[in-house]
Amino acid sequence: MFMLSKSSLIKFNPTKKQILAIKAAFFLVALTPLIRLFVLGFQENLTANPIEFVERSLGTWAIIILLVTLSLTPLRQLTNISWPIQLRRMAGLFMFFYACLHFATYIWLDKTFEWAEITKDIIKHPWVLVGFSALILTIPLAVTSNNFMIRRLKQNWKKLHQLVYLIAIFGLLHFWWLVKKDYREPLLYTIILVLLLSVRFYFMYKRYASKKPAIPLKSGITEPAISPRIEC
Amino acid sequence: MLIRYRSDVLPSEITPKSVFDNRRDFLKAAGFTVVASLGSGLLARQAQALVPKRTKITSFNKTAYGAEEKLTKFEEITTYNNYYEFGTSKSDPAPESVLFKPRPWSVSIEGHVKKAKTVSIEDIFKIAPLEERIYRMRCVEGWSMVIPWVGLPLANLIKYAEPTGNAKYIEFISIADQATMPGVRVPILDWPYNEALRLDEAMNPLTIMAVGLYGEVLPNQNGAPMRLVVPWKYGFKGAKSIVKIRFTDKMPQTSWMKAGPNEYGFYANVNPTVEHPRWSQSSERRIGGGLFTPRIKTQMFNGYEKEVGQLYSGLDLRKNF
Repeated sequence: MFMLSKSSLIKFNPTKKQILAIKAAFFLVALTPLIRLFVLGFQENLTANPIEFVERSLGTWAIIILLVTLSLTPLRQLTNISWPIQLRRMAGLFMFFYACLHFATYIWLDKTFEWAEITKDIIKHPWVLVGFSALILTIPLAVTSNNFMIRRLKQNWKKLHQLVYLIAIFGLLHFWWLVKKDYREPLLYTIILVLLLSVRFYFMYKRYASKKPAIPLKSGITEPAISPRIEC
Repeated sequence: MLIRYRSDVLPSEITPKSVFDNRRDFLKAAGFTVVASLGSGLLARQAQALVPKRTKITSFNKTAYGAEEKLTKFEEITTYNNYYEFGTSKSDPAPESVLFKPRPWSVSIEGHVKKAKTVSIEDIFKIAPLEERIYRMRCVEGWSMVIPWVGLPLANLIKYAEPTGNAKYIEFISIADQATMPGVRVPILDWPYNEALRLDEAMNPLTIMAVGLYGEVLPNQNGAPMRLVVPWKYGFKGAKSIVKIRFTDKMPQTSWMKAGPNEYGFYANVNPTVEHPRWSQSSERRIGGGLFTPRIKTQMFNGYEKEVGQLYSGLDLRKNF
């Protein structure tokens, strides 16, 4: 029987071909929430309120995939397994994909393109506004996710893509705000986000601490402080 | 055979045979728990193994109410429910209420009445002839249904209760049974659920105590054996599975008023011009439409303005939402 021991899993270093296969598999897995909605739709099994069901499902999956995207760096930091980082761009784009479908469901199926109503809804209701802002903030990240833009933006690319943390916070706020009284589901996702961010902060702190000079320099000049670099 | 290397597996790590043999059941159970605990947006499609039996109500009178309306399907009325005692997802109440026992049932009548008493559900059925009332039901969340209730006018029940002159309000208290209502174990609302009406609202001919729908005994998930229906108010005013009716001189604090004082008011009249703080109330989604069915406009007092408008003359409905 084929088995992977713990150490071989860590040492697993996929070749280019294997990465391509893993990416293809990830692509299909990430599509299943959408395929499921189509299947349920054909079975006329989208509950008594199909529009709300589809809208919520797409929004929930956008949040889940965002959390997956944000988990790849902590995974590397904790285990030294770094190849999943190569899935991060696709994961991020899938989050954008589901967020767009969620928004499309809202303006098309839910509000049937009644622009006056939609504008009023976004401006007047903070939970709609915060969700809409999260989507808008994702656009520059999606646009600059290709290799060309990464090369062109250089150091700024990293800074720009730190927006993802704000997007995550806005996305979860959007969820908290819409729930009527049972906060268990948004709470679960918030706990996961806090855990993922704590890992990053821990490693950021560790690196910062290790780079600090142990003894002040003799001349009395202190070494220039190293600004903590946020991993993204 | 000579074993030359010691196994690096500790004896304590070896899975007992009984567990190993049942590994598929274990996985199934674990998988089920995960699926069941995920939220409604994600994977809340539950199999309904137990099918509750349906009982016809033998005699009730048809009325002209709502004759022009297209009825929401029985299947939709009984699978899309807000009944937090059975769980907060709308698909929860149907499967979770299967073990609930709506018989035997008695209702205690107390407060400002000539004589406090307890009355059985069978006797309540005899207070007045049962009638079918087809009413629109508008939920505060922005969806609506058309439901053919069977019930009796609340006014008849109030006359039977004999309130004194001090009675200005009437409060309805629902059952909160931890053994059969899993939602009650979670402190989401201040259990037991309660609702209340001004006495003149309660006496209005539109207000009924529903004991059935579609000519059948009320299903558990819809508030069996007896629930309040006030068609010009948001659905949450309709307390379900009522065990206590109390007449008071002061306005009672209700469960939803306590849960969100700036979101849910005492009156909770359907009003497209007064927004909920988080969403608009100007339109609603009628349950039963497909993916491409647009919303419909919400009507003042849910379309019952002619019958109940006069109850609120001089009242600022923006303040008294």
